Amino acid sequence: MIVEQLQEDAPQKSIREAVNAPRTAAASPTQPLTTKISVRSLNFYYGQHQSLFDNNIDIYANRVTAVIGPSGCGKSTHLRAYNRIYQLYREHRAEGQILLDGKNLLDPATDELQLRKRVGMIFQKPTPFPMTVFDNVAYGLRLHNRISKQELSGRVEAALQAAALWDEVKNKLDKPGTALSGGQQQRLCIARAIAVEPDVLLMDEPCSAIDPVGTARIEDLIDSLRANYTIIIVTHNMQQAARVSDYTAFFYQGRIVEYGPTKQIFTNPTQKQTEDYITGRFG
Amino acid sequence: MMAVGSPVSQAIASGSASDMAPRSIAWRRSIDWAVRVFATLSACIGLVALTWILMTVCLRGGQALSWRFVTQLPTPPGVPGGGVSNAIVGTCLMTALAALVGVPLGLLAGVYLAEYGKNSPAAVAVRFAANILMGTPSILIGVFVNVLLVSPPLGLGHYSGYAGAAALAIIVLPVVARTSEDMLRLVPDTLRESALALGCPRWRMTLDIIFRAARGGLLTGVILAIARVSGETAPLLFTALNSEYSVRSLNEQTANLTVFIANKGQSPYVDWQQMAWGAALLITLGVLSLILFARFILRERKS
Amino acid sequence: MAGDIEAHPGLPTPTPLSDYDRTGDVARSRHFGDLLFQSLTSLGAVILVAVVASILALLIWKSLPAMQRFGVGFIASSDWDPLHDRYGAWPSIYGTLVTTAIAMSVAVPLALVTALFLVDLSPPWLSRIVGTGLELLAAVPSIIYGMWGMTVFASFMQRWVEPALANTLGFLPLFQGSFNGMGMLTAGLILALMVLPYICAVSRDVFRMTPGVLKESAYGMGATTWEVTRDVTIPYGMRGILGAVFLGLARAIGETMAVTFVIGDNRNVATSLFASGNTISSTLANQFNEAAGLKYSVLVELGLVLFMITVAFEIAAHLWLRRLRNAGGR
Repeated sequence: MIVEQLQEDAPQKSIREAVNAPRTAAASPTQPLTTKISVRSLNFYYGQHQSLFDNNIDIYANRVTAVIGPSGCGKSTHLRAYNRIYQLYREHRAEGQILLDGKNLLDPATDELQLRKRVGMIFQKPTPFPMTVFDNVAYGLRLHNRISKQELSGRVEAALQAAALWDEVKNKLDKPGTALSGGQQQRLCIARAIAVEPDVLLMDEPCSAIDPVGTARIEDLIDSLRANYTIIIVTHNMQQAARVSDYTAFFYQGRIVEYGPTKQIFTNPTQKQTEDYITGRFG
Repeated sequence: MMAVGSPVSQAIASGSASDMAPRSIAWRRSIDWAVRVFATLSACIGLVALTWILMTVCLRGGQALSWRFVTQLPTPPGVPGGGVSNAIVGTCLMTALAALVGVPLGLLAGVYLAEYGKNSPAAVAVRFAANILMGTPSILIGVFVNVLLVSPPLGLGHYSGYAGAAALAIIVLPVVARTSEDMLRLVPDTLRESALALGCPRWRMTLDIIFRAARGGLLTGVILAIARVSGETAPLLFTALNSEYSVRSLNEQTANLTVFIANKGQSPYVDWQQMAWGAALLITLGVLSLILFARFILRERKS
Repeated sequence: MAGDIEAHPGLPTPTPLSDYDRTGDVARSRHFGDLLFQSLTSLGAVILVAVVASILALLIWKSLPAMQRFGVGFIASSDWDPLHDRYGAWPSIYGTLVTTAIAMSVAVPLALVTALFLVDLSPPWLSRIVGTGLELLAAVPSIIYGMWGMTVFASFMQRWVEPALANTLGFLPLFQGSFNGMGMLTAGLILALMVLPYICAVSRDVFRMTPGVLKESAYGMGATTWEVTRDVTIPYGMRGILGAVFLGLARAIGETMAVTFVIGDNRNVATSLFASGNTISSTLANQFNEAAGLKYSVLVELGLVLFMITVAFEIAAHLWLRRLRNAGGR
């Protein structure tokens, strides 16, 4: 009994448990497997320094893909190429192709404002804008559309419902977004991102600044969002990757070492480096 | 604000409602572009204005500048030659005296605010007073000192360099107080605690440790305050006034560069205007080099 | 030694460290040193408050004769007749408010977008150059602005700006009538130039303090640089920006020499911004030294009005900032 419990606490065991845990029927991936994003020979540079080397990966629609790897391995950098947010910085430069529904989004002809409407992003820390809860969620809708008041409030409510936040904030819509708790703020950011109905949601360690209870709620939320969105989540927490994702990519030193179904990556990795990392031998 | 019981999941599912039409990306981009151009142009406005002013001062003032100009006394209109030696001496003396009085008092008030008063009601009142005094137009300081030190019954009945220095000191006081408070507050409390934990009395801790840690910032603040008052005109108009004679005592009307510029610059005589431009060049060079010096110190401390 | 400690009941009992440290002389001199130092710093603070209080007291005292003679009507009256001792403050108050309004409405938008340029648009080396230039612009003495304004800028206004305004916006009463380069518009624009660097420097620091991830997430929504600035950066730094605006306002409202040189010293209350006028501070600069008797009192009362305006703005700023802080929206 005691021995079993001890074993359960070991990372490998609990990850296996997480991988094998039955999903709720609603959230299980029933849609056929189609490619949403194809990354082809992506190289990334910070000035002279190259940080991504020849990344190739296919991200599937309506699945959650986890990106794991030790700190500084390039997983966030990889994610930040998908909505071209790196372009804010003069020194940052990406080469190669990222095909979103077959169209190369790194092509300068692709409008990055439209792109970011289709590819939403959630950051490490909750980032409520300095405005009310309502205006936070309405922000993207107002930015991209001329919209009537009634339509707007309907959509804001829908987004907050979808982010499982509505019941907690329906009486606080005119309060500043910063007045919510950390976990609520992060779900507010998710609501803000899905209000504009993106295809893809990028999550860059969305739970790293959130307490365990808030983390559990966000993981539940990710599970329920899978039906409508393609989700890519960067995480340093392997239990989390095992719990929420269908596919997992392991990054090491700017390269994609291994990519496959989460169950396979965590139970039967083909690469030695992956196994070492997952079993906690480094990183 | 919120429509009660609005259709929830349908709203998300329904792609294009008639109540919602996409904004034109091209329009949003052109607004963005227009603001960028506007921002770049307005950044140029500052630079253009600075260059224009400095060019004017240098070109017109440069003609007046000579060795004679900084060593001789002013001459009446029509008489060739003449200089502003007395005004240079007067400006320097009054600024120095003002700094001598205003800087220590300002530092003391700053130490009080940062180390003792902090957020007590008394400190809030002092801080408010300092803000009021900083916002008070400098010409009102001149009126105040005129009432207090120049005009009877309180005053001596005549203009004086001391009154001018007093007016400048009153301007220095709140500036030094507020900047030194800010600089002292930047020193982390752990430094204070570790000094006190060594058994250091509070006054030694403040003077030896905190002042040393904030030295660069304090020095910069003091220099900036001095630079600011050395170019002030309005507070001297009703206190020191001006004089054609050399400075023998600060207990009488005292020549100074800024009031000299104000008087001669508005006069109809071309050679006086010329001298005013010369004085303008001197005061501008003086003030700007003090500012650059302060910047230099700040950068040295940082690196 | 025990007596020494009891003599200072308010102070904590010193922990015994060593015999040396516990000698009464040392303890007493320490307490004395601290007490003296604290008293000295408090003295600095008291002097600061005393100066403000005596400015208010002396200004009121000296303006009593004028107050008794003209009452509250002084503020609304446009009289200025030294021969018959009839004076009114309205033209000066009007000129002060108009020039300040021109200055702020030009300087605030320019300063904000310049700060945007410095933080988000320009390469770092250019940002440093422009930043230094603005710092120097803020340091140029106001008498220099006056000289430059009178000899160079006024003729520039007369030759280019005022004809252009009269031709394009001449249907507005604000831009009608004759012009000669001197007047409220020229004074207001020079004031704008003088307060611009102040507002810009503070706004730049405020913009820089906006967390990068907050801006990134607005960009991540598909916002343009301007939209991010308008919706995130400016609201986030609102407190600091308002502080900067009030700082500029205080400087514009009381600025003397630059205005005196270009405003034309006229006691009209004109609608046209081309018209010459006067401000409280320019009237003081032109007339205070020659004034005696009732006129001296009248001018001090004008000064008191200016003082009250700046104090009112200071209090308004204080309350507004506190309300913003309490609202929690930063």
